[in-house]
Amino acid sequence: MEMPRPNPDILARKPQLLARLSGVLPSDALISDPAETRAYECDALTAYKCPPLAAVLPSSTQQVSDVLRICHEMGVPVVPRGSGTSLAGGALPTEDSVILGVARLNQVLETDYENRFIRVQSGRTNLSVTGAVEADGFFYAPDPSSQLACAIAGNVAMNSGGAHCLKYGVTTNNLMGVTMVLMDGTVIELGGAHLDAAGYDLLGLVCGSEGQLGVVIEATLRILHKPEGARPVLMGFDSNEVAGQCVSDIIKAGVLPVAIEFMDRPCIRACEAFARAGYPDCEALLIVEVEGSDAEIDEQLETIMEIAHSHNPVELRQSTSAEESARIWLGRKSAFGAMGQINDYMCLDGTIPVTELPYVLRRIGEMSGEFGLDVANVFHAGDGNMHPLILFDANKPGDLERCEALGAEILKLCVEVGGCLTGEHGVGIEKRDLMTDQYAPEDLEIQMAVKDVFDPKWLLNPAKVFPLAASEAHRIAAE
Amino acid sequence: MLIPQTEAELAAIVAEAEGPFHVQGGGTRPIGGPVAGMPLSTSGLSGIALYEPGALTLVAGAGTPLAEIEQVLAAEGQRLAFEPMDHRGLLGTEGVPTIGGVFAANVSGPRRIQAGAARDFLLGVRFVDGRGQVVRNGGRVMKNVTGYDLVKLMAGSYGTLGVLTEVALKVLPDTATAATLTLTGLDDGTAIRVMARALGSPFEVTGVAHRPDGPEGVPLTLLRLEGTERSVAYRAAEMARLLAAFGEVQIDHDTARTRQTWQGIRDVKPFHGVSGDVWRLSVKPSDAAGVVAGISSARALYDWAGGLIWVLVPEGTAAGDVRAALSGVGGHATLIRGGERDAAFHPLDPTIEALQCGLRQRFDPRGLFNFGLMGVAA
Ligand SMILES: Cc1cc2nc3c(=O)[nH]c(=O)nc-3n(C[C@H](O)[C@H](O)[C@H](O)COP(=O)(O)OP(=O)(O)OC[C@H]3O[C@@H](n4cnc5c(N)ncnc54)[C@H](O)[C@@H]3O)c2cc1C
Repeated sequence: MEMPRPNPDILARKPQLLARLSGVLPSDALISDPAETRAYECDALTAYKCPPLAAVLPSSTQQVSDVLRICHEMGVPVVPRGSGTSLAGGALPTEDSVILGVARLNQVLETDYENRFIRVQSGRTNLSVTGAVEADGFFYAPDPSSQLACAIAGNVAMNSGGAHCLKYGVTTNNLMGVTMVLMDGTVIELGGAHLDAAGYDLLGLVCGSEGQLGVVIEATLRILHKPEGARPVLMGFDSNEVAGQCVSDIIKAGVLPVAIEFMDRPCIRACEAFARAGYPDCEALLIVEVEGSDAEIDEQLETIMEIAHSHNPVELRQSTSAEESARIWLGRKSAFGAMGQINDYMCLDGTIPVTELPYVLRRIGEMSGEFGLDVANVFHAGDGNMHPLILFDANKPGDLERCEALGAEILKLCVEVGGCLTGEHGVGIEKRDLMTDQYAPEDLEIQMAVKDVFDPKWLLNPAKVFPLAASEAHRIAAE
Repeated sequence: MLIPQTEAELAAIVAEAEGPFHVQGGGTRPIGGPVAGMPLSTSGLSGIALYEPGALTLVAGAGTPLAEIEQVLAAEGQRLAFEPMDHRGLLGTEGVPTIGGVFAANVSGPRRIQAGAARDFLLGVRFVDGRGQVVRNGGRVMKNVTGYDLVKLMAGSYGTLGVLTEVALKVLPDTATAATLTLTGLDDGTAIRVMARALGSPFEVTGVAHRPDGPEGVPLTLLRLEGTERSVAYRAAEMARLLAAFGEVQIDHDTARTRQTWQGIRDVKPFHGVSGDVWRLSVKPSDAAGVVAGISSARALYDWAGGLIWVLVPEGTAAGDVRAALSGVGGHATLIRGGERDAAFHPLDPTIEALQCGLRQRFDPRGLFNFGLMGVAA
């Protein structure tokens, strides 16, 4: 993976930078010892590592603003960081950059049930947002699988999704406002406890901008009252086509499940071996979950079961208790762990139109054969967000490269059928060089023009999202 | 009036333009400052390019009549969940509302509080920028974080950043039944509390509105429930129990009547044909009653549990007099009908204004599109 060459001039000015930073930060918030900066050398895309020049862990708005102002004045790149769970290399530093971690900004600032929002500092973890309101019957809907660890900061930057977004939407649909610090240190407020923007929807623009427009330090999030209950049904089919058709028929029938999860045979087998959830040995498995009161759940499941029956399932199991629900979800929830046991794996994240599901799965199977690497599929079927897991052996020379090449082919396939490179993980460095497969030069130019406006010197996370060749002119112009 | 028939023709017109344009869809939503320039209509860019009910997606030319889309969706038992308002009754305009216009103005109705705004249902756009280049952003899939989300930026930018040529949107299933629950005689403050209680329940209310002056001058607080017959009946009963302390809750299970009632709220029917300037305020719901009390001679209609307030004030009321009511509480106010049109959009914080101007300059460097409409002077 190519990264811009570190600027020797910045490396040479490290002592001056540290001196200035130490003037605005408490000593335990400035990390520059190489033994310690190593902790920030990568995110969850561990194939790529590089320790930063320094890492800072501010604990106030003022400190964030001061750090950014200093880096801005000195021309030092800054890579914002939440919890470092990005799978796209979004938080990967360069040698000449400062990591700005928001982990110490983790307080709940305001909880307002009457107006149904919570305002938190952005370093707070996703799950602990729900944790703060759960006792009162509320929850924060977006639920990435990494929710125990990932921070709202990263969620906002990546516009993260979760298993329940078919009904509740992703981060951008649940984000009401942010406090953000621009690269020059200016603090701005976008949105808030009211709805919709007064001018342009800058909040919508910032969400998903991968830490390239500003450092988000606070977020106002929509909270919802928990549903009365939820229950899944598990269905097994002997072909991917039939399972895909079943998904489409359920959606067309007018029921809107909160989640429709799909697993293919390699994935089912791995999960079964790992978690023993009692999944049938079949080609395709669906978990469909609905919400409401008991009677409402029964009514929706009745419709769903009827549709499933018409597709001759090899297994159809409706949960009737919390215990059975947990069992149905057990295998799915351990999918990543199960894969990790077998092998190293790379998790893709393309989205396709739901109608293309059977074709895409067939093509992935063929490509997997061509590349000689196994691929297991697990994904959010209701919205077409696929997570093909490519299994490889990191210790085997050439395997990672082959895996990346196969990954690129699969993502190109997603684009080809009308989908996109990434549904929820973001571009980062991982999909940066594929952007030209999805977008024409002018499509990318205008996106980079947005960065020119927010960060004219291109100091915030500059080596991400856009192919380096495409962003070079902007980065050079900024110097 | 220029009416390009293809995106390429539009791009060529813009590339060769020597003067500004007044970009419009059906011209039914003349909101914002006065715009000088050659009228440019998207109505020639019409037609549904793709509709996949099983994937909940539809792609259409920006000039496609909204009615055409709603009809096609209805035939499959689906709908635009964000329930876009029809501005014609309120503004006294004629013409054909287009889907591009809906997104350009980010028009959402009562269901916005539960389902989301227009911008939440916009999956992808194609537009012509101020250089005459065709730009694509987003796509036609429901989850997409590939690059910056210009889709959200375009939604609600009133054609000041580019001319939308095609939109891809997410649609949702329609519901079989709908019911309206009504409480009568509540003062504004109590009504706001009732509405908050309803929204804070697990019963998925899809409309929460308050009319301080109902038909016979009696205040009406209205809640809407939608779903299957059994589910609506269950939730209506639960909701009535939950709100019993605030007075008698009347339940109207007539779906057709419920649709009509909420269409009236969506379109701000109480102010149709009534003289006066009309403002649209977006506030934190619990601030709503106080804000209205702070505007003299105001008549109000509360939607979104109070988060959206339609305010009717005497003709010629100064913008500053209305906006003063928001000072200290936040939110924003947009002039929708009459009044000082130059001041239609809420003044912005200077840093944010500068960002907007910067964007405006990049997207439309020559200031060709709807210049002055949003008060964004580049
Ligand atoms: C096991 C596993 C499961 C996952 N499951 C899901 C899933 O289901 N759905 C999903 O969407 N993602 C998932 N992810 C990906 C990841 O968890 C998300 O992208 C998450 O939002 C990252 O949050 P973070 O706090 O760890 O961010 P980081 O990894 O620290 O950073 C991510 C990006 O955000 C930027 N950033 C961080 N903080 C700020 C800030 N304060 N201001 C501006 N920009 C900032 C960074 O520069 C970087 O570009 C998963 C990851 C793992 C490891």
